[in-house]
Amino acid sequence: MKQILQMHDVNYAYHNMDGETKALQDITFSIDEGEFVAIVGPSGCGKSTLLSMIAGLIKPEGGTIELSGSPLEESKKNIGYMLQKDQLFEWRTIYHNVILGLEIQHMLTAKTKARANELLDIYGLDKFKKAKPSELSGGMRQRAALIRTLVLEPDILLLDEPFSALDYQTRLTVGDDIGQIIKNEKKTALLVTHDLSEAISLADRVIVLTKRPATIRQTISVKFDLEEDTAMHRRNAPEFKHYFNQIWKELTQDGDDVKVSEPVS
Amino acid sequence: MEMMSKYQSQYLRKVRRNRQIVTLIRIVILIAFVGLWEWTAKEGVIDSFVFSSPSKIVICFVDMVKDKTIYGHIGVTLYETVASFLLVTVIGILCAVMLWIWPKVSEVCDPYLVVLNSLPKSALAPLLIVWLGANMTTIIVSGVSIAIFGSILNLHTSFNGTSQDKIKLIYTLGGKRYHALTKVVLPGSIPSIISNMKVNIGLCLVGVIIGEFIGARKGLGYLIIYSSQVFKLDWLLMSIVILCIIAMLLYNLIAAIEKWCLKRY
Repeated sequence: MKQILQMHDVNYAYHNMDGETKALQDITFSIDEGEFVAIVGPSGCGKSTLLSMIAGLIKPEGGTIELSGSPLEESKKNIGYMLQKDQLFEWRTIYHNVILGLEIQHMLTAKTKARANELLDIYGLDKFKKAKPSELSGGMRQRAALIRTLVLEPDILLLDEPFSALDYQTRLTVGDDIGQIIKNEKKTALLVTHDLSEAISLADRVIVLTKRPATIRQTISVKFDLEEDTAMHRRNAPEFKHYFNQIWKELTQDGDDVKVSEPVS
Repeated sequence: MEMMSKYQSQYLRKVRRNRQIVTLIRIVILIAFVGLWEWTAKEGVIDSFVFSSPSKIVICFVDMVKDKTIYGHIGVTLYETVASFLLVTVIGILCAVMLWIWPKVSEVCDPYLVVLNSLPKSALAPLLIVWLGANMTTIIVSGVSIAIFGSILNLHTSFNGTSQDKIKLIYTLGGKRYHALTKVVLPGSIPSIISNMKVNIGLCLVGVIIGEFIGARKGLGYLIIYSSQVFKLDWLLMSIVILCIIAMLLYNLIAAIEKWCLKRY
């Protein structure tokens, strides 16, 4: 498999007048093309910072990030970033929200417009193209946000707890839904979450971070022996509990800061 | 059409009735005030030489319409007010945009803007007369000076209040600061730009009248000062009534623009 993303010894610290807080320390990992990787860790451990660095929004303090072998700044690779909330603009229709990225990157052509329409049709938003975001349910909004990212044809998708703003029930269905869309479109994805079951039900590999300053504690390959490998089926499979407990143990190992409540049994 | 339930029509009737009562009371207050004024002036309770009376004001207005002098005064004041309002709107938005683009400039300028904003601008009017001469430019500048600083400060605050996540979204879609401005900050600030305009139109009228007090040969402000000096209080009160009507019309004009904009966005 071709490696699409390589992080090598990446460090980062937050600075303010009271001093600096180390957030990430010596983070080294890579992602293969087509792989779905999830990063879990205690809240506030710098997971989102990691994504912001890969997206090029902030610069690492030491270490290198490479996309398909070339440094991030020089790379021609397209990175898609999905934020916690959908951030659809109320003053634009769904269609115009979806083509926002195309507009910004001056990529509005008949072909890309057709692609945007196609994605909206495939993923059940065809009737809502002219609707305002407030007319859509939370799940549909999140889907529109994903399509906004997908029309830019990203080589790698970064997902920053994209379901955390949804209520629990919607979160399960939307999680399955978005996971399925990403598989359909054969995208490489990096998901950051604090929800273990979300990570296990979607990812091929789970990276567990420690508390701040975050280092990689463990990388766990997640393999399910399923005919139809969907998030819903995974949650019902017997291996699910096994993975859950294994990751839980890793997360709580140094336990002094994580409030330990019993994992599901 | 759908059949309306009994309770819905009851509710609508209640709302409509409430609105009618409010309008009725408003009209009654106006009639009572004008009637009382007229009656007390006629009966000699108040001195109609000092307080004038509604009928004298109307007669005075009709006379001035007949000899066509009133059009010049109203026209000049309206023209100056609209001109200074347009200048405030354009300069205000431009300056606020510049302060947003260069946060360092805004940091440096902040105390100066605060001082200029809290300064009683009527103190500047005599200075403007000396610098610019007793002409229309001075009066327009006087109108601008009253509204401009508050306008810049308010718009800048509202630009800065734009959700950071929405701006981050623009960056994740490959946008630059320019795109954040045109795609998020400006369209998202349209409601506050309009409410700012509502305040400005009134302030510009104030500034124009102050300017006309001290340096004009035409306009309602000139008419007010002139008539007070020659003790023609019919003229004076008529001018004030006309100013009330102008203020109301201009405000409603902006309110209509607001309604139209909100429908579009």
